[in-house]
Amino acid sequence: MTNRATATIHGWLLLLPAMACLALFTHWPAVASFVESFYSTPKARRPARFVGLDNYQQMLADPIFWKALTNNLWFALGTIPTSIALALLMAVWVNDRIAARTLVRMAYFTPTILPMIAVANIWLFFFTPQYGLFEQMTGLFGASSTNWLGSQDTALYAIIIVAVWKEAGFFMIFYLAALQAIPPSLGEAAAIEGASRWTFFRRVQFPLLMPTTLFVLINAVINAFRTVDHIVVMTRGGPDNATTLLLFYIYQVGFGFWDTAYAATLTCVLLALLALVAFVQYGWLERRTHYR
Amino acid sequence: MDRREFLGGTAAVAGAVALPGIARAQSPELSFFYPVAVGGPITKLIDGFAAGFEKDNPSIKVKPIYAGTYQETIVKALTAHKSGTPPVLSVLLSTDMFTLIDEEAIVPFDDFIKTEDDKKWLASFYPGFMENSQTGGKTWGIPFQRSTVVLYWNKDLFKEAGLDPEKPPRTWDEQREFAQKLTKRDAAGNTTQWGIQIPSSGFPYWLFQGLATQAGAILANSAGDKTDYANPGVVEALQYWVDLAQKYKVHPPGIVEWGTTPRDFFEKKVAMMWTTTGNLTNVRANAKFPFGVAVLPAGKKPGSPTGGGNFYLSKKASKAEQEAAFKFVRWITTPERAAQWSADTGYVGVTPAAYETEAMKKYVADFPQAIVARDQLSSAVAELSTHENQRVTKALNDGLQAVLTGTKAPQKAMEEAQAEAERILKPYR
Repeated sequence: MTNRATATIHGWLLLLPAMACLALFTHWPAVASFVESFYSTPKARRPARFVGLDNYQQMLADPIFWKALTNNLWFALGTIPTSIALALLMAVWVNDRIAARTLVRMAYFTPTILPMIAVANIWLFFFTPQYGLFEQMTGLFGASSTNWLGSQDTALYAIIIVAVWKEAGFFMIFYLAALQAIPPSLGEAAAIEGASRWTFFRRVQFPLLMPTTLFVLINAVINAFRTVDHIVVMTRGGPDNATTLLLFYIYQVGFGFWDTAYAATLTCVLLALLALVAFVQYGWLERRTHYR
Repeated sequence: MDRREFLGGTAAVAGAVALPGIARAQSPELSFFYPVAVGGPITKLIDGFAAGFEKDNPSIKVKPIYAGTYQETIVKALTAHKSGTPPVLSVLLSTDMFTLIDEEAIVPFDDFIKTEDDKKWLASFYPGFMENSQTGGKTWGIPFQRSTVVLYWNKDLFKEAGLDPEKPPRTWDEQREFAQKLTKRDAAGNTTQWGIQIPSSGFPYWLFQGLATQAGAILANSAGDKTDYANPGVVEALQYWVDLAQKYKVHPPGIVEWGTTPRDFFEKKVAMMWTTTGNLTNVRANAKFPFGVAVLPAGKKPGSPTGGGNFYLSKKASKAEQEAAFKFVRWITTPERAAQWSADTGYVGVTPAAYETEAMKKYVADFPQAIVARDQLSSAVAELSTHENQRVTKALNDGLQAVLTGTKAPQKAMEEAQAEAERILKPYR
């Protein structure tokens, strides 16, 4: 019994540093934001006072909030499936014995290592009208000039492309690791049975990769609501909020307008949204995932 | 990290936290936040100034802290203010004055103006810069790295188009006519060279304020609690801008990126551009052709907003620290140093006396384009600045971008922006 008690105490003590950090930097701020969302923003002469649901009403009436939310859903829809599919494709390809395999793997992984701010500055020039990389490419086919970042119709797509480019290589690494863990005997057996490459992928590789897919999916969803660095550099949410995402708007409200209470309100919505997604993923998808 | 390193690190952090307190008791240490908007050698220049000041005033230690962009610097300064230990002195946007006053983060300089000499010093700055530094009869900021909007033109392209390369446009009509002559299209109808470019990403309000001023409109009152976005002059100015792009097709359609505009100019994709005087050194270094710099063309009258950063004094600093900071501000704004700062960076010299110094005369003789910003100051107006500045400005920015991307008509967009600004500013009257 004493032994067991000591073990328990040991266990908790070992957990304590991590728990303390989590509580201090994750749980406490989340709770504090939730509480703050029911108060007004404290000003030098007007301390915060309880306002109930006022901030939430303000939010529902705020067209920029709705715009940011819609943009974010499109951004998620644009980045998640594309980057996962691309990552899978790249992983399957560089898993084979191709020439200069290490070089290709490295090339795919490079975007992940580069800092987003630096990369966004480079992409800014890729998208530049007239002499930017895309213009030169489309110009070869005689297409007319497009102002990718400067038009409300294309700016969000441009932002999505950068995010996919940045993320796909990172997800590829997980798929590559998982592919290498699949026993080669399965591939040999499939070859003997005369299974086509597609059948082997669909019936053997893909099901075995499901745990990885789930992991990657969760990361992709989180990133879809978390990646905003390139927006700060490339568009600052413009033109006319066409590329304003939720987190970028929270930053703007919190540290541009110094309306901390409203920023806390928006943060709560973002947290609730992410909690919902995580709940669906862990509760529903995980049960359908095959773990070995 | 092993345990020793960790303990060492902790001790260092504890030391760093404890030290300013000790230093404060003995001789004032002057922590000084400053932003670098364009990067480059500015950090070296500031360090040089700090060392020079310490040499002249051995009892005061200056600690310059490079804090990122203007936006990052104010975030850091205000966060530090709220947590109790802000920098004694900071350089922040002149337009942040009302925000800083509302947060009770700064003190006016008036309490430190005691002698006749001090009064003369305060009166020595260009009035155009003081508009953004004073409100309610008090001086809250001292101009330091200030700029205005000017027009840069490519003399080679002017010659090609049959224009006099030494004559920039003087009026709105000339600006449009020149731009029409300078716009080139290929056989398929694609534009290969634009006549003019006015950037509209990020902070379109600043460049637009030039147009609005030229149309005779003032965007906000000096108390910072009322805007006039729906003024007919504002709508007219916006119509002029949109027409350049959509009707005359001499200006790129949609949003023109601020950051790539100088590059467009270097690549000869545009013959005339509006941008800050802060880009002067950059253009001088990178333009492979002769270029000119001119005051902005006049509509009903000439005009441009000022821009850039002011010195602010922290309210939470001790009296001794504030005195030391004031001494430093006076030291760094002497005509010689203002002249050196202007010549090294391209920012405008903040006092007329700076342009009378030998160093400045030599610089200007060698590079006459540098004098243009000063000449424009007589017609310059305060940069748009109100209470809740960034929110009120965003209302205008969104409206401008909606019009430039063709989703709203100028009249309607400006009325909506005005209504939004009105809603935000009402509690401040």
